[in-house]
Amino acid sequence: MSLLSVDALSVTFAGHGTGRGAGRAGRATKAVDGVSFDVAEGQVVGLVGESGCGKSVTALALMGLLPRKGVSVGGRAEFDGADLLSMGEKKIRDLRGSQLAMIFQDPLSSLNPVVPIGVQVTEILTRHRGLKGEAARKEAASLLDRVGIPDPDRRLKEYPHQLSGGMRQRALIAMAVACAPRLLIADEPTTALDVTIQAQILELLKELVDQEGTALLMITHDLGVVAGLCDQVNVLYAGRAVETAGRRELFAHPTHPYAHGLLGSIPRLDAPRGEPLRPIRGSINDKIAWADGCAFAPRCDFYTLQCLTGTPELTEPRAPGHQVRCVNPVLPADRSADAAEVSS
Amino acid sequence: MLRLVARRLLQLIPTLLGLSVLLFLWLNRLPGGPASAILGERATEAEVARINRALGLDEPVWVQYGRFIKRIFQLDLGTSTQTGQPVWEEFTLRFPATVELSVAAIAIAIVVGVPLGYFAARRRGSWLDVTAVSGSLLGICIPVFFLALLLKGLFAVNLGIFPSFGRLSTGIDATKVTGFAVLDGLLTGEFDASWDAVMHLVLPAVALASIPLAVIVRMTRASVLEVLGEDYVRTAESKGLDKRVVRARHVLRNALLPVITAVGLLTGSLLSGAVLTESVFSFGGIGQFIRTSIDARDYPVLVGFILFIALVYVLINLLVDVAYSLIDPRVRVH
Repeated sequence: MSLLSVDALSVTFAGHGTGRGAGRAGRATKAVDGVSFDVAEGQVVGLVGESGCGKSVTALALMGLLPRKGVSVGGRAEFDGADLLSMGEKKIRDLRGSQLAMIFQDPLSSLNPVVPIGVQVTEILTRHRGLKGEAARKEAASLLDRVGIPDPDRRLKEYPHQLSGGMRQRALIAMAVACAPRLLIADEPTTALDVTIQAQILELLKELVDQEGTALLMITHDLGVVAGLCDQVNVLYAGRAVETAGRRELFAHPTHPYAHGLLGSIPRLDAPRGEPLRPIRGSINDKIAWADGCAFAPRCDFYTLQCLTGTPELTEPRAPGHQVRCVNPVLPADRSADAAEVSS
Repeated sequence: MLRLVARRLLQLIPTLLGLSVLLFLWLNRLPGGPASAILGERATEAEVARINRALGLDEPVWVQYGRFIKRIFQLDLGTSTQTGQPVWEEFTLRFPATVELSVAAIAIAIVVGVPLGYFAARRRGSWLDVTAVSGSLLGICIPVFFLALLLKGLFAVNLGIFPSFGRLSTGIDATKVTGFAVLDGLLTGEFDASWDAVMHLVLPAVALASIPLAVIVRMTRASVLEVLGEDYVRTAESKGLDKRVVRARHVLRNALLPVITAVGLLTGSLLSGAVLTESVFSFGGIGQFIRTSIDARDYPVLVGFILFIALVYVLINLLVDVAYSLIDPRVRVH
């Protein structure tokens, strides 16, 4: 049985609210529209998609961190048998930080600028493990050491602005793994870092989840991260999973036109000189409601009238376990010629 | 920290010198003068010249200024042309009342304003929020002297809950130690005198607090709303911390930074803004004295007062900087 089982998760922001993330005034915005996926113990699962596809909102919904006013959350998300979405505020507060932990995108803004790193690490130890004073400080130092921060005793006394970007993200990771959570959600943890640091952080995450058998939900728009880390990948589009497959299978045979286009748009070093880039045309705003058909149809190179006859179902047109939400999937028989096959 | 304080104290010197030059030149360009104020409009030229000579006003401006600066360094602000007493003595007699009033007013503004602004932000859109926001708008709009008159009419004259004027009731015989009526009572054990002084403080302090209170409420509210949307608050929530810890450590601490700056500026302006409130309640502070000094063109008093207010401003700003650097490590000097 999987550790986390998300079933038809939907998140709608009320239209007339003026709060953050409320979307355009006067219209309700469906940020997540029926996302389903599973994460097993010790597995690394990727949620991939471009900005605005609902991947961060999915993570916040699972953590119970969405504002309660003006947001309605539907569906189920069973974590170890209990539904995260319907559980009480107090109960999920107990889970957060201890069983479920999250790493955020921008390490500078995600750390409190006026509180020393040490306090920000020990407060979670005090909350969930009852450690106080010297014991908490020692544990915090060993956590910093574990995530590769040199001279941890000195760093504990320092403030976020005194640390480098990579160091800040390591500190955030230290907080996230402080109580050995069973599920770690990483929301684009490397986006704000430069490339060499990105690799180090990914390496660190891989190590940590391997050692503890932690399940990792990796949210990213970076296919390189997916290739390096994930066992299973869910490609999201407009708030819904459009393709789900193992990493190798997905990179070898992207079957949904969107996933196919994503992989095809990666520039290749071995391409001949002057070869034009192949972006997916349009933007995520050019979409239709899933209820009316395939949301990707307006941008799709392969769309037919069939695409506009209601929500496409998930099928397995290519291999068992490789699910695709498309009525005209990219299969080797018909369009293999322009399939940009990227091996992992 | 010490370097920060030292640097700010050094900055004080050019500020005050520059101000004294401006003041001195400005006052010398004003029509009329102490002589005509003392002698009236029908004074003869000879009499005016005699008074001017006695006050040293016939000498060149730069000589007068040089003498003035020299005296300041000796803490000698000159002699009031109205009372004939040293300015310094007139100030020590009256300043405690004004300081007491200002401190009481800013204390009320902080103690009421910060929690009100905080809860208004937390319950945004609730009746509390609407009341706080519209109430603070009213607080900024109503002229202080008008509010003072209203309060006095209602609570002193009609309801008789508070005394309507002065700092102490007649018949209360308080020993004077520091000149701060409330503090003196506590120091000498004359608690009834302290209580009486507090009762006299309430109405003028509330009137004077209206504007800083309104500013603090709005400032705190806006600041808390901003901080509540910050990523680090979400991080704190993601750690499952108790609500109390999230609010005290992660929300309030950050939200109070701009409020501290505002409090510093407001406190400075209170000292000079107490004039009208003191008049309404015949409080006997520096404000009334300054008003009569303007009428009497009492230059030594005016110059001394303005320099003093500037000094207070700079010192309060120094305090604000120190408080700021204690809370926010990013502004600390390394």
